[in-house]
Amino acid sequence: MPVIIPLLSAVVLIFFRKFRIFSKVFNLFGSLALLTAAGFIFLFVDNEGIQTLSIGGWKAPFGIIFVADTFSAIMIIIAGIMSSAASIFFFAMVDKEREKLGFYIFYQTMIMGVCGALLTGDIFNLYVWFEVILMSSFILLVLGSEKKQIEGAVKYVAINLISSVIFLSAIGLLYGLNGTLNMADLSVKISASKDTALMNTVSMMFLVSFGIKSAIFPLFFWLPASYHTPPVAVTAIFSALLTKTGVYAIIRVFTLVFRQDMTFSLTVILILAGFTMVTGVLGAAAQMDFRRILSFHIISQIGYLLMGLGILTEYSLTGSVFFMIHIIITKTILFFVSGIVYVAYGTYDLTKVGSIYKWFPFIGLLFLISAGSLAGIPPFTGFWAKFFLIKAGFMGEFFVISSVGLFVSILTLYSMLKIWNEVFWTDTGCEFEVVNNNLKSKSKGFKFSMYFPVIFLLIVMLAISFYPEPVYYYAEKAGKELMNYTNYINAVLRK
Amino acid sequence: MYILISIVTGALFAAGIFMILRRSIVKLIIGLVLLSHAANLLIFTAGRMSMSQPPIIKEGAIFLNEPYADPLPQALILTAIVISFGLTAFAIILIKKTYLINKTEDLDELNTTDKIDKIG
Repeated sequence: MPVIIPLLSAVVLIFFRKFRIFSKVFNLFGSLALLTAAGFIFLFVDNEGIQTLSIGGWKAPFGIIFVADTFSAIMIIIAGIMSSAASIFFFAMVDKEREKLGFYIFYQTMIMGVCGALLTGDIFNLYVWFEVILMSSFILLVLGSEKKQIEGAVKYVAINLISSVIFLSAIGLLYGLNGTLNMADLSVKISASKDTALMNTVSMMFLVSFGIKSAIFPLFFWLPASYHTPPVAVTAIFSALLTKTGVYAIIRVFTLVFRQDMTFSLTVILILAGFTMVTGVLGAAAQMDFRRILSFHIISQIGYLLMGLGILTEYSLTGSVFFMIHIIITKTILFFVSGIVYVAYGTYDLTKVGSIYKWFPFIGLLFLISAGSLAGIPPFTGFWAKFFLIKAGFMGEFFVISSVGLFVSILTLYSMLKIWNEVFWTDTGCEFEVVNNNLKSKSKGFKFSMYFPVIFLLIVMLAISFYPEPVYYYAEKAGKELMNYTNYINAVLRK
Repeated sequence: MYILISIVTGALFAAGIFMILRRSIVKLIIGLVLLSHAANLLIFTAGRMSMSQPPIIKEGAIFLNEPYADPLPQALILTAIVISFGLTAFAIILIKKTYLINKTEDLDELNTTDKIDKIG
């Protein structure tokens, strides 16, 4: 269902792309429908365990199969919430030019790709969904063809095509070695095989290709080069869904498929996680552009997600899932806030923006809460997420990575404070009249669609912050399911 | 046959990587195309090549007669070819746009989005 709804929305939008208002409303409607469907799936999974759907009636491991366990159900709900919030944000932030070129069509196909990638239980099918995501994201990235957009897109496209090639080769090798593409079946066959060296090679190829997509340490350079180029609404949804889908794929593949010789791959993942955190946050510390700082923070947060996987205990996976929920929401809020600042000041350059707190304390408050959450100040979600992960690290006696995690939090706080100081406190000689007019001149509807998603997500985040128990319960459930992967296999192969 | 196709695959990978390391943006695309061909050939070889019959169950029979060819790699390759076809078409349009807008086909000059100070 979550795949079909965006597809249908995209098809309808193709026919109505000339009608701007209709497109906007229908896009929102499609996203809300997706959220509803995701909610139903989540309830089903919660009540009745892992759900499967064999496409075309071919039983696993022969046909393509869709699987929803707690982890993917959580991810789909988050994707639904994000796409709905972003759809409201689009009312204000997407210009006429892009709408005429079919912005919403590709937005919906991208959401479709994300949902497909989150649900599929077949590794080649995963590749196909990644291509769907890539194609749509390429188009969203270049729509409007501004100079720097095109430049960023060249890098993004080239590196992602290479990652696809590596992914495809890895699938080919895996199929040659095991004769199956179903992930559960692969897991059984790989556990039975004794060829550790070859399996490690293939697993590293997967790590590289997903690593490019999710921007982990040596492979992240495309992200800060391209993410700040498209309009902020696009960046926000990219950061919320694309890299996270890559991380989801890494977690899925390494908790399910390559369970045979974990010591090697886990060590690699832990080392990469440490470097990803540190380089990401150092990159952010060097930047002076609102969105670039945030882009680098995406990278450093990916490091935390990987850290949970690298430790690989129930508790650490719980931490990763919780962190995933936290980071998607928080990051999107921050990007939305940067969009609001852009509307007011017409620039993302930290040095040119100032005095927001004095003039618009409300925007300042929005930013302060979400930045605090990103840096991990209690009681916000970031604190809980990092607390779980680092506790898991100490429990598993991974002292180095845990200390790195703590250290990076401080640097995160530093760069958030930098934004805070530069944007919200310093007086850079901006004229109050000009800025105020920029905001005042917008219509009521514009303002509503600009603030509403931010406030809505902030309420969601605060709710999780002060009452994390239900979220923690589901994250823990997802973590348990990821650890005890035999349940997943049994559900898929119907043993 | 295996050895021959393996060598061809390796050569394609090598050529593709060589091409994407060049500075010209057109060569970048050619490199990507070569790489995707190499990946397709890799699937083809990894999926076992054999001189055998098509995997169609004869009339009246219940099971397939050995030896039969595995149809799945071909299906995979077909899918991959279609996808890479679309992506290549997009990439070519993209580089044309890049050339028209940035007036350069040298990748080394496309570095403004990485710079720290200058912001558009």
